[in-house]
Amino acid sequence: MEAWFALLVGIFFTVAVYLLLSKYIIRVLLGVAILGNAVNLLIFAGGRLTRGVPPVIAGDQDAIVGPAANALPQALILTAIVISFSFFAFLLVLAWRAYEALQTDNTDEMRVAEPKDEPAPPLGY
Amino acid sequence: MAATTSPPADLSAALVLEPVASADWLVILPVAWCLAIGALLVMLRRKIDWHPPIAVLGLAGLVVIDILLLRHVLASGPVTMVMGRWLPPFGIAFTVDLTGALFALTASVVALAGGTYSLADINDSGRRYGFYPFLMLLMAGVSGAFLTGDIFNLYVWFEVLLISSFGLIVLGSEREQIDGAVKYGFLNLVATTLFLITTGYLYASFGTLNMADIARKAEGLSGTAPLMTLTALFVLAFGMKAAAFPVNFWLPASYHTPRVVVSALFAGLLTKVGIYALIRVTVMLLPVEREELSFVIALAGALTMLVGVLGALAQSDFRRMLGYLVVSGIGSILAGVAVGGPGGIGGAIFYALHSMLVMTALYLASGVAARLGDSFSLSSLAGLYRRHAGFAALSLMLAFAVSGLPPFSGFWPKVMLVKAALDIGAWWLAAVLLLTGFLTTIVTGRFFLLAYWRDVASGEGGPASATVSVAALLPVAALTVLALAIGLYPEPLLSVVQNAAAGLAEPSAYLNSVFPGGAP
Repeated sequence: MEAWFALLVGIFFTVAVYLLLSKYIIRVLLGVAILGNAVNLLIFAGGRLTRGVPPVIAGDQDAIVGPAANALPQALILTAIVISFSFFAFLLVLAWRAYEALQTDNTDEMRVAEPKDEPAPPLGY
Repeated sequence: MAATTSPPADLSAALVLEPVASADWLVILPVAWCLAIGALLVMLRRKIDWHPPIAVLGLAGLVVIDILLLRHVLASGPVTMVMGRWLPPFGIAFTVDLTGALFALTASVVALAGGTYSLADINDSGRRYGFYPFLMLLMAGVSGAFLTGDIFNLYVWFEVLLISSFGLIVLGSEREQIDGAVKYGFLNLVATTLFLITTGYLYASFGTLNMADIARKAEGLSGTAPLMTLTALFVLAFGMKAAAFPVNFWLPASYHTPRVVVSALFAGLLTKVGIYALIRVTVMLLPVEREELSFVIALAGALTMLVGVLGALAQSDFRRMLGYLVVSGIGSILAGVAVGGPGGIGGAIFYALHSMLVMTALYLASGVAARLGDSFSLSSLAGLYRRHAGFAALSLMLAFAVSGLPPFSGFWPKVMLVKAALDIGAWWLAAVLLLTGFLTTIVTGRFFLLAYWRDVASGEGGPASATVSVAALLPVAALTVLALAIGLYPEPLLSVVQNAAAGLAEPSAYLNSVFPGGAP
């Protein structure tokens, strides 16, 4: 099961990196969304995947018997999902504002902060 | 639940049973204080006249708390507090050692300077947009990152400070800011996601997130766990946060766009959080792998220094030049991390503290210069010396400090780093450090000549009668005096920094503080 998940996570990362390398903000945004899910799946699979085995420790024992999924990575993912969702929401609005203000979603043309043809600095004084 | 049927469990093995000593509450207080004041300011969002005094008093309170915390750590070694009374490694631990306390104190001083400057820089509309709540929440994130003893918790604080910084960087919504914020936002998000990926792998290999527990187990796992992969990913993620060479381009693209005070706070706080995390993880948690990677880190550091300072030399905008100088300073710190040992790590910590103070002061000074000369650009900025000789003197001192010239704070960490590099035979690294200092002197000297000494050409130039308010000049002066004081009397800080570096290299006191009864 984990091996299949590892493959799936790999596909997610591949797609995310491919999209992140694009020049267009909208594709980068999709890449960010997929990257967040790739990480969540990675941590989920890292905590062992078992079906129908509750991680309950019997009263007379100190540790769990047999393989059971670790609940902690799932708690970590809950935190990470909330965070990545809120970041995605912020970046979505930011990208929209950037499109409105700069009239482009091509990062090559987003040169307002670093203009291409700046006047040369004074050469003497 | 199950306790009613089974015999009562022995809680002493899992919980902290004795109440927390009142002095130990100081560990969590900086974060709680900032969050409380931030929440208060959010509740008072319609009373924007109240925001500045509450925030400045809150930041002054934060400085006091951090001074008390540093004193406590100096007196009794690392201090640990665990959340919910769960014993580590299960409970989330806040552990403060000398390094964390020093960084937290410097950050609060920087924030107080920024808060004071904001009285002159942030207008009503900025207050209505929530500058002060964002500032307090940013400080909560920064303090939390410096004080936490849990690696996932560190990630959460990174996100807290990142989302607050997003709010600050778009404050004003100008076209330039939106452009800068897009690059800042996306690349920082990728960096924190890399950090999260690494944390996932770390938990999968170690089964723990507590830093002390990781430091203890790292040696035993070196044969089976992919520690080299973890370290390389950590270095990449934190290097990206700190703007180290191959991944530094977001910083000069965005740091000159927001309000001056926001740039100043970012330059003083955000990259240094990345540096702190890098030092904490590579030096304390994975020292063997840091040694293996040291050549890569040294190369990245040397290239960061050179790219930063050459970039600064090419700029004709005051704030863009400062952005490149921030990058160059990060390179010096990386050189210290690569060299290692008490000299290298101590020098790196000292340089980071110096850089926090001086880069913030320089950004604030660029704001004052723009008020006096009505421009950030070298083409029109001129005659500042004639307009305000006192401010020109302060700027010159800061220029000396950032170049690493005596008698200012930049001199001693540079000496430590060069000496440490020579001691291990890395003469090329020492040469790059010295060359960078020399080039930085040229950068700042060129700016001083053109912006301060050059006379205003007749018929142009800003308003000659422009005055600067005390709120704008006071933080610059205070930080400059601090840099001068550290430069003139470095012994106390030097010894504290060396102790901090020793505490990272040999973390037995840190481990004892987290696991007082030895190994569980």
